[in-house]
Amino acid sequence: MPVQGLKCKECGERYPLDARYFCEKCFGPLEVDYDLAGLDAAETRRRIQAGPPSIWRYADFLPFERRPRTALAAGITPLVRADRLAEKLGIREVWVKNDAANPTHSFKDRVVTIALAKARELGYDVVACASTGNLANAVAAHAAAAGLESYVFIPADLEEQKILATGVYGTNLVAVRGSYDEVNRLCTQLADDRGWAFVNVNLRPYYAEGSKTLGFEIAEQLGFELPDRVVAPIASGSLFTRIARGFQEWIDVGLLEGRIPAMNGAQPAGCAPVAAAFDAGRDVCRPVRFPETIAKSLAIGDPADGPYAIELARRSGGGIDSVNDEEIREGIRLLAETTGVFTETAGGVTVAVLRKLAERGDIDPGERVVLTITGEGLKTLDAVRGTFEAREVEPTVESFEEAVGSPAAA
Amino acid sequence: MGVSVTVKIPTQLRSVTAGDAEAVVDEATTVGEVLDGLYERYDGLRDRIAEDGDLRRFVNVYVAGEDIRFLDGLDTPVEDGDEVTILPAVAGG
Repeated sequence: MPVQGLKCKECGERYPLDARYFCEKCFGPLEVDYDLAGLDAAETRRRIQAGPPSIWRYADFLPFERRPRTALAAGITPLVRADRLAEKLGIREVWVKNDAANPTHSFKDRVVTIALAKARELGYDVVACASTGNLANAVAAHAAAAGLESYVFIPADLEEQKILATGVYGTNLVAVRGSYDEVNRLCTQLADDRGWAFVNVNLRPYYAEGSKTLGFEIAEQLGFELPDRVVAPIASGSLFTRIARGFQEWIDVGLLEGRIPAMNGAQPAGCAPVAAAFDAGRDVCRPVRFPETIAKSLAIGDPADGPYAIELARRSGGGIDSVNDEEIREGIRLLAETTGVFTETAGGVTVAVLRKLAERGDIDPGERVVLTITGEGLKTLDAVRGTFEAREVEPTVESFEEAVGSPAAA
Repeated sequence: MGVSVTVKIPTQLRSVTAGDAEAVVDEATTVGEVLDGLYERYDGLRDRIAEDGDLRRFVNVYVAGEDIRFLDGLDTPVEDGDEVTILPAVAGG
């Protein structure tokens, strides 16, 4: 396998493949380093196509010496062509990557599949995470399936659906009175001496690798071709940057031709530190102290990968935009009404940003655009409450016709 | 007048603090002065967390649980008995 070790993104210092996440020399984030030079494109492609129907088909590009077995595995979610959405937006070609079709209904199954396999390999008995909801669902479920004990830390004001869909797996659920960033800080402190595998703290370099598989899958499902543009949500910036890294690795190996797509990031206006920094031409994000948005899964005020997301948006010819709560609700409805896909608020943010790009004329007529839908609408039902009305009638034809109209009048 | 402040040191920095998990700094009035006190005491600590007179961008510092970026940064005043915490900034998401 091509995996080499861990490497500091800032200073290049190298470390072994163990549970660590920042550089002791400069505090920069660590990432997994591969030597892909030995991979033959045709052989690698055959290996992928003969692989299992999960993210493990991309094992050549994942941080393991040999392919692990996992009880629950993410991936191979639908990529569907959305002509009605495209027409509505005046774009030629839009594809929806529906990552709600994962075991716990969000893209977080990808990162947790990788992180838990690594936790087991390193001999951990307890896994944990700081979560805005979707990660909580995924860690609790995958830990249950693997027979590991889990601790899930969430902000106490999370959507009820996400709390219920976590607790059901029998995890140790810890509701913290504070913002996500405070939950995250607490977990950073606990990770220091607890001896637990915090998937997005001390195992974060591995966890992040799971998001690359979203890029791999998009390219494979397009017949080993690159899209021209990808619109994806930004919370910490990890998913956004790793999708592009997935494309880049395949370009480097020769599985794909061309250059990485224009990467467009989407943030909710009530918590948009990365969009604000991009707008102002800054390289560093000013943290948001009190996020206020219905898109709670994107309510990270202090995004760890913010600087890298900004750099990627600039380098790829994309951008980072924000949309308000009303636009988010409209985005959820627009996707549902044109594609039959019901997404959570984060997906509403992504759709609304795509609409903004289309209306602004940022999308060339010939472009192939991929919209990444990262989570399920049933987890944030409150967002659509009150956006439509049901007609209540008596169980009689008369009552129905009175409410809806008679056939002659129709 | 200077005060007495306790600094919490993460495991990964303890190779330069001779294993100390916390350190008490006296006679400091701001976070910057607290850190200067540590740099004097521990050889090699400055390079790990600071660059060009400022904190490195992936280092977070908290005073009494509050991120100093929401206060006055290194100029944030400290009070007697405050706890200063140094943490890596690359977690979460």
